[in-house]
Order: sequence, then structure tokens, then C-alpha cells
Amino acid sequence: MSIGHTLLGLLESGPRHGYDLKRAFDEKFGHDRPLHYGQVYSTMSRLLKNGLVEVDGVEAGGGPERKRYAITEAGVTDVETWIRQPEKPEPYLQSTLYTKVVLALLTGRDAGDVLDTQRAEHLRLMRVLTDRKRHGDLSDQLICDHALFHLEADLRWLELTAARLVQLASEVRT
Amino acid sequence: MTPAGSLLVAQDLHKSYGPTPALDGAGFSIHPGEVVAVMGPSGSGKSTLLHCLAGIVTPDSGTIRYDGRELSAMSDAERSALRRTEFGFVFQFGQLVPELTCVENVALPLRLTGVKRKEAERRSLEWMERLEVADLGHKRPGEVSGGQGQRVAVARSLVTQPRVVFADEPTGALDSLNGERVMQLLTEAARSTNAAVVLVTHEARVAAYSDREIVVRDGKSRDMMLEHSV
Amino acid sequence: MKRRLHDLGLGIRFALGGGREGWARTLLTAVGVGLGVALLLGAASVPHLVDQRADRIHGRQPFSAGSEKNTGQVKASLLYASADTEYRDETIGGKLLRPADADPVLPPGLSSVPAPGTMAVSPALHELLDSPEGRLLRQRLPYDITATIGDAGLVEPSELYFYAGSPSLSPDSGASSAAGFGNIGETEPLDPMLVVFVILICVVLLMPVAIFIATAVRFGGERRDRRLAALRLVGADARSTRWTAGGEALAGAVLGLGVGTLLFLGGAELIGPVGLWSFGFFPGDLRPVPWLALLVAVTVPALAVLVTLAALRSVVIEPLGVVRGGRTRRRRLWWRLVLPALGVALLLLSQNPDASSGPLSAVSSGLGLPLYEYLSPLCIAAGATFVLAGLIALLPWLVEAVVGRLRGGSPAWQLAVRRLQLSSGPAARAVGGITVAVAGSVALQMYSVGIHDDFNKVTGADASRAQYTVQAEYPDAKLAERMIGAFRETPGVGKVIGTVASYVTLPGPVASQDVRPITELTLGDCATLRELARIDSCTDGDTFVVHPSDDHDRAAWVDRTARPGEPIDTSAGEPGVPPTLWTLPASARTVTARPDPAGAEHDGIFATPGAIDASLLGSSAHTAAMLSVDQRVPDAAEHIRNTAARVSPLLGVRTVRTLERDQQYAGIQTGLQAAGLATLGLIAAAMLVSQLEQLRERRRLLAALLAFGTRRATLAGSVLWQTAVPVVLGIGLAVAGGLALGALMLRIIGKTVTDWWLFLPLAGAGAAVILAVTLLSLPALWRLMRPDGLRTE
Repeated sequence: MSIGHTLLGLLESGPRHGYDLKRAFDEKFGHDRPLHYGQVYSTMSRLLKNGLVEVDGVEAGGGPERKRYAITEAGVTDVETWIRQPEKPEPYLQSTLYTKVVLALLTGRDAGDVLDTQRAEHLRLMRVLTDRKRHGDLSDQLICDHALFHLEADLRWLELTAARLVQLASEVRT
Repeated sequence: MTPAGSLLVAQDLHKSYGPTPALDGAGFSIHPGEVVAVMGPSGSGKSTLLHCLAGIVTPDSGTIRYDGRELSAMSDAERSALRRTEFGFVFQFGQLVPELTCVENVALPLRLTGVKRKEAERRSLEWMERLEVADLGHKRPGEVSGGQGQRVAVARSLVTQPRVVFADEPTGALDSLNGERVMQLLTEAARSTNAAVVLVTHEARVAAYSDREIVVRDGKSRDMMLEHSV
Repeated sequence: MKRRLHDLGLGIRFALGGGREGWARTLLTAVGVGLGVALLLGAASVPHLVDQRADRIHGRQPFSAGSEKNTGQVKASLLYASADTEYRDETIGGKLLRPADADPVLPPGLSSVPAPGTMAVSPALHELLDSPEGRLLRQRLPYDITATIGDAGLVEPSELYFYAGSPSLSPDSGASSAAGFGNIGETEPLDPMLVVFVILICVVLLMPVAIFIATAVRFGGERRDRRLAALRLVGADARSTRWTAGGEALAGAVLGLGVGTLLFLGGAELIGPVGLWSFGFFPGDLRPVPWLALLVAVTVPALAVLVTLAALRSVVIEPLGVVRGGRTRRRRLWWRLVLPALGVALLLLSQNPDASSGPLSAVSSGLGLPLYEYLSPLCIAAGATFVLAGLIALLPWLVEAVVGRLRGGSPAWQLAVRRLQLSSGPAARAVGGITVAVAGSVALQMYSVGIHDDFNKVTGADASRAQYTVQAEYPDAKLAERMIGAFRETPGVGKVIGTVASYVTLPGPVASQDVRPITELTLGDCATLRELARIDSCTDGDTFVVHPSDDHDRAAWVDRTARPGEPIDTSAGEPGVPPTLWTLPASARTVTARPDPAGAEHDGIFATPGAIDASLLGSSAHTAAMLSVDQRVPDAAEHIRNTAARVSPLLGVRTVRTLERDQQYAGIQTGLQAAGLATLGLIAAAMLVSQLEQLRERRRLLAALLAFGTRRATLAGSVLWQTAVPVVLGIGLAVAGGLALGALMLRIIGKTVTDWWLFLPLAGAGAAVILAVTLLSLPALWRLMRPDGLRTE
């Protein structure tokens, strides 16, 4: 899962302080693993260096690093590309997919599109496996089947998420 | 939007049953020899799309062209004749005539087009052999297993050497092993005769036997492959 | 037992509380059973109806002061004379009445004796007289209509009857005197052949009704079986599900009893006044015999439960579905042959009930006729019943055997044949009703036609010649002359002769073992007598002895009484009446008879009015006119009757045609055919319901067939064949069985088969049933052949 893209996505709805970014991330995606401050600042400095964010302003007086970050044009394009790009189908990618869906919802992109694109990618791989199975021996078939069943499970999850997008949107936007 | 060389093309289909729209601007296209999966959640309009494409149901609006001919301009008799000669069908269940033996069931579409009984049954047995159910010829559908019955149904859908096979959840009532075998046999047989297959399914592993999928959601269709490649 | 009752109760609750669909099924069964029950109640009412009819007929029979019935020794107070007549095809009953004292007795249905010149008429006659069709009749009955005969005085609502007041009726002019009404004549013993007939009619009509009821309680069976499977899932055992099904059937049957009663009452109101096969009745007279009605009320629900239990024997209801016993065992033939064989044997052993020889001929039955005369009909009835029941048992085997051999054919034919091969039972059962009805009707018709043709041969009468005899039951030479004059002016009448005729005997003692010589004396003018005998010269006052043209024995018999110059007893030797002697003039010449206008020869003594006074003739004397009629003149018969009525209302007009009996047999024929047709209709309804049900069960399959391009015509064809094959087999079996049965029954009474083709109308009706069931199934088929069936439920 790409923390950089996630934070960029969160910035798309408006400039935020590092502290706000951490809170928003934890609230929406960090259910089991809250983000350290260190991670936030190291990521932001990398994004600053790549020109994907810029410093919007520094608040005087407060704590040590009261910088406010804003996303740049290049940053938006980067988020866009990332969200639209289907993930390579592999195990345990639902947290990334989930992040993408939520960010799409937050930034007013078509979340259904994200899911459909991913589904197509999954199916593409499933076709390859099915074809391999068709021409392979029994051990090939068994190995392919294992992968196919996992991919199918992911696809079911995609279907289910797609069916619940409306519900998710209303929850995310609160 | 319409790829050249398509055998069956539908555009902007609308169809309502009562107040609820089953199709709301759906489209579709398929080439000869292509296997296209129609996917989507239950109630999304998959089956209605298939029924429209096969000329079983007339859409409220939109165009369906098969081999250059507009389906909605044809009479009921013409569409029936088309289904008899150019199309083949496999359904989820309840499609075999329980009183007829398996070979008679397979031969039925041929007999409906006027082929003599002996000849029809000979050709049927060939197809049943390809689908590995030739030994069931003289049993009745009630006496064979679900997977065998579905293979008989596949043999029946192919016996007239159709140019399009419509399969509506053909593995819906089968376990995965039987389902996969049926899909394998169906797609192989279809490819060998260059028949196009319209495969309605909600199962990804079944859809994986297709060349391409179309997703139907709320009566609208999306051709993922097309968009992806663009 | 308590469990079973509980299960039955559960079934009843299912039937009545099963929502809309449950109700629909229960109602369907109820209507089906109701139709059957209405027919059964009708049959159960026949004895009472016949009694009532007899009572009505007897109730208006007058009895005389001297009769046994007149125990109170009431003296005669009313003069009456019969004035029955015919009008076209209708018989009109009537009496002329004249009070003999101030307080005359009245026939039922009248409140007073009609004044001279007026009449009381039945409602139906009133209607006829007022209509244009009744114009000619009105001329015959010109009296003012002043009253209507009440229901009590009529045999049936549509009866044509009148009572007219007469100013001049007297015993001399043929009137009788009545001391009262309600003469219960001696009950005639029932004709044994009629007993056979009645038993067979009951069998032929009631067996299909029973079959129909049995079919009706199975309506909706497949759906019910699935409901019962759900019951198994929640823990009911197989036995209690069967009883629950029985309970459902019971509820339908009990409701059916109610529906049947309503249909019966409604039907009585509807049919009674109109009449059925010229047999009308007063709705109030149609009351079932109580114990028969009770029998129906008990048997029908019991039958419903038993049939359901039996039907479910071959069905295994599992918690997850219904397994219909795929019967691997073929139907066996041998036991199905036992019944018909037994029946044929009984029929072969039976003897003619009219023959008075045989081992049992001496045994008395106490019923008016010797025992064998009843025993033999019972044997015949039992034999015929066994044969008919045997046909029902044979049919399923036949259908299975034939259908099992059918191969190939068009897809429609193949679909139908395969369906029948898989389960021919329901079809065979329904068609069984048709088989009995057709076989029974064919046999009964052959039988009745056999008797009927026989009767025609005996009379040898040629209806096309249509000669008429007009007769008054008293001697009046003047009347004879008046009739000649009047009839000569009547349209369509050719030759007319008028005579007064009487029997005369040889007076004096006769040896006790000898028969007293007797001959006929015919009084007429010279012109009339010339028509009846070859007479050269004739003047008034002449007498003749007339010999038949070619019968010497008979001529000698005539000569023993007719001795010129010797006395003759003109009172015809009536006991208790002193002989009236008249001498045949010695001048009487012997001449030879010639045929009268009706074709008959008259011999005996011919006299002109100048030779003898008509009043000398005894009570056997009557005045008659014989007419030859040109049938081409329209309504010639009505004009003759009108003329006769004008001359005297008491003249009876008879034709030599065998009209009366012709009509009776025609009535039986049409009755049988109508009953056969009604049964066919009933069975057709049952077949239609099961056909529709079967189609509904196959929605999905029909939709799939439609999807892969099956023509509607193909499916319609399969529905047609599916009905046609069993019906054709059933009717074929019925015709073969019926012809055999009819031939056997005719053999018993020593007649030969006169018409082998009587089954044709019924066979045609069978074809109509096939067509009707198919055609009526088609709308449902079209409706079900829709893609909707493909959508998952």
C-alpha cells in the first residue's frame, strides 16, 4: 500500500497540516496500524522533493513543525494515475483497493470505475491461468486452480464492495 | 463503438417489465468464434440482455443487428426460424424434455428444422460423443446426473452447428468440477466450429473461459476490454 | 386412528386456508365433484319422479260409481268423454265435461266445471293456441278459454291438456260418468326387459360419473405433492402426509356436495319446465330418494379419500421432493380379462327373459311375474356391467401396450408418444369414463334398435300411405253420413267411406267347449258398401253376405252366423243383456270383399240403412269413417282432425302409422346419445383441467423450447396427439366392446344385429372431444410459451 499516494489523495480535498493528515489517515485507513508522525514527515519531504506537494504556509508560534501542505498539479495527476491503475492481482491487496475506493469517493472520482477496472485486471489474469490449466498437466491444473480460487475470492469482494458503494460513500463523507 | 466484423451487435437497448427498467441503454457486440461473458449482479439485466440478443424478447427501443439484419424488423416466425437454425441455447436447468431420451433431446432442434429422425440421431450421437455423454443416449434426463444432463444440453445447443450459442448460467446448478468441465467442452466445441458464445454468468471462474467480458449493472453495460485498451 | 383424524383435519385446513392457490384448487375439485354429484342426485330422484308422474296420471283418472275405488258409494255426478287429439307432432289430451248434478266432482287442477262453450287449458296449450303455429288447432278447439288448469292436474309443465264444457254430453253419445278422480289402476308388473334397460342405463351413466369424480379429486395433484413434501421436511411421516392429502380431497369433496346440491336444484328449475328428451317434470317432483341421497353424501367423500390414498401409493413424498413411482413393472393382462370374461359367460348363459321355459320357470317371485323373469334380467345386467367394468380395466393395459410400440414420427408426435409412454395412467383413467359411456350407449342402442325394427316388421305398416280412421264409440248411421259429407270437403282427403260396425253372433245354445260363431255387421249406404265389396246392384234395404277374397276357412266361419233368412243376435251375446234378434233377409246375396282405403278387407254381413235400424246394434257398435289422404297437402292431418272435431268433439282420429312407438324409440335413442354426449363432455372437462395443469407445471420447459425456436404448431400438435391417442384407443375399445355386448344381448332375446354402424355419432363425438380439449388448451399454451418462463423464480 502506498502511503504517499494515500496522503496525496487526502490533500486533494484541501491543504492540511501534517498533524491533520495523520488524524485523517488513521481515521479512514489506519484501523489496525496507526501512522507514526515520523512516517508522515518523511513521506511529505519525499513528496516535496518530487514536486507533488508544496508548503502552503507555516503557522507561527505553535509546535515544532506547523507546516501546512497543499497538493500540486503534478500531485493530482499522480493520484489520478495511481487510482486508475489496476493493482497487480495478488494476495492481500484489498487494503490498497479499499484505500483507492475511499480516496475516489473522497475526491469525487467514480469509485465503481476503480472496482470494474480491477475486476477486468483480475479476469485477465484468470483467463491466463485458465488457459494454462487447459493445456497443462494435473499439477499445473491444481496450482492454477489454487490461484484461481484466490482471485475469485478477491473478485467476490470487488462485487460486494461495488454493491455497497452508495452505503460506503455516505459513511466516508461524514 | 462498433467493432468491424461483428456478428451480433446491439446498441442502446431499453426494456422494462412493468415500471422497473431491466435494460437501460445497454449495448453489446460479438465476433464469430468469440466467447463473451456477460457478468453482473443478480437482477442487473444480464438475462434480459441475452433474451433480447437471441430474439426471444423484443426490446422497447434500441437496435440489434445479427449478420447485417435488424432483429426487431423480423416477424416472430422469422426470429423463431433464426433461433432454430443459427442459434443454440443452454440454460441453467429445466430445459431437457423429461419424456424424451437424451439422444432424442439432442436431436430435437434438428428434427424441428426438418431433419429425418435417423440422420438427426446419428448427428446427435456424434456431438454427445464429443461431450463425453454418448453412453447416456437412451436414458431419460431424470436418470442422469446434473453434470451429464448439462452436457447433453450443450450437445443439443451445438447440434445444429449454430453461429451463436447463448448460454444462460450454464453451470449454475453444477459443482465446480462439473461446471469447469462443461465450460471447457462448450468453449472448445464452439471454437472448433467458429461459433460465437454469449455466456451469462455471475461466476468469475466460468467467465474466465471467455475472451472478453461485459459487465451489466442497473441495466447499463460496460465493455471493460474495450475501455481498457483505449 | 386419532392420528389419522388429526392428519385429515390438517388436510382440510390446508384445503380451506391455503391462500388463493389453495382455494383455487379446492374450488376446482368442488366444481368437478359438484357436477358429478348433481348428476348422481338427478339419478337418485328418478324413482320419486316416476312415482310422482304415475300419481299425476292416476290422479286425474275418473272412476265410476260402480268401481271398487268408490267405497263411499258416491253417486256419479259428472259426465265426461275423452277428446284427445294430435296436433302435428304433439299429443293433446282433453276431456269434455258436463255436470250431472248441482255439485259435480272435479278433476284435479280445476276449480269448477267449465261452462258449455268454454274450456280450461294448460299453460302450454294456452301458449300454443295464442301463437301463429296454433291457428289450425284453435279452429278445432274454438271454445272460450276461461280458466287455467292448475299444476295438480298436469303430468308435466309443458303438457298440452284441456277440459271443455259440453252442453249435450250424454251416455248415449258415448259419455261416461264419474263418481270421483284418482283411480289407482292395478300396478303393472315392470317389464323384465325394461329392468335390464334401466339397470344398464344406470351403469352406463353412473360409472363415468364415478370416474369423473375420482378424476376431479386429483385436480392440482402435482402442486399438492410439493406442498406435502414441505410437510415432510418439518417432520411428518409418509403415512400422515397421505392422510393429509386425503383430508384435502375430503374438503373438496364435501364442498362439492354443496356445489352439487345447488347445481341440482338450479338444474331442476331450469330443465324441468323445458323438458329433457320430451320428458318434462315439475321441479318440485324432482326429489332424491332419501336413502339414495344419503348414499351419495357418504360415498362421494369416502371415494375422494380412498382415491387419494390409492393414488399416492405410487408416489413417494420425500422431504426434499416428490418421486413418482417410475413403474418398472408392466401392467398385466390376465386379471384384467377376468371381469369381461365373467360378463360374457353370464351373458352367454342367460336366457330370454320373455321365454317361459327353463329350470326356474315354475318358481314364483312374489312380484307378479315368475322368479326367472327377474333373475334372468339380473344375470344380463350383471353380465353387461362386468363387461363394461372390464373395459375400464382393460384400457390402461391397452394404452400402455399400444403406446409402448409406437415409434418415430414428427417431433410433435414423438413428444406426445414419449409423454404417454412415461405415464399413460392418468390419461387412460380419464378416457375410461368415455369408454364406458360409449360402449354402453352403443350396446343399448343396438339393443333398442333391434327390438324396434322387429316391431316395425310385425305391423308391416307403410307410413307413407297414411290412412286415417275416424271413429265414434257409438252407432249412429246419421253421423256416418255426416262424416262422409264433411270429410269429402276437407283438403287432402281422397276416398271416404263411413260405416257403423258391430259384432253379431249366432243366437241359441252352444256346446260348452265350442266357440259361439261371431261375425261383423257393417252398416253403410250403397256407395260405401261398393267400396268394401264387389257389389253389382244395390238399393237401400239390401243386405249382403261378404266373403274374404281368398280364405275359404274364414268364408265358412262367416257363413255359420250369416245365414240368409235366419235370426242373428245383434247385441253380440253380451252377458246379462237379453239377445236382440234380427233376421237376415233371405234375399241377401253373397259377394266378395275388396280392400278399404286403409288396405284392410272387411267380411261378415253388409247392410244398407233401410235393412236395419242402427239403434238395434249392441254396445260394441261404433261409427267410423275411413279416409285415404294425400300426404302432399300440408297439414292434411290437422284439417281432418279439425273436420272431425267440428262434426263431433268425441270423434277419435287414428292413423295406421306406428307414430307412437316410433317416437318412443326415437326418444330412447336420442336420450342415450344425449347422455353419452353429456358424459363425453364431462370427461372432456376433466381431461382439459389435467392438460392445463400439466402445461402449467412445464412453464420453464415450454419457455426453453420456445427459445430454441420450436414452432407453436409443433407443441399444439403434441397436445393434440397426447389427447388423441388415448381417446382413439378408448373409443376403439368401446366400439368393439359395445358391439360385442350389443350382439350378445340381442342373441339372448333371439334377435339379430340390424345396424352395425350405430356407434358412428359417438365416435364422431369422441373426435370432437379431442379437438375441443386441444383447442381449449391452446390459449394456455400460448400464454405459457413466453420468455417469462425462463426467468428464475
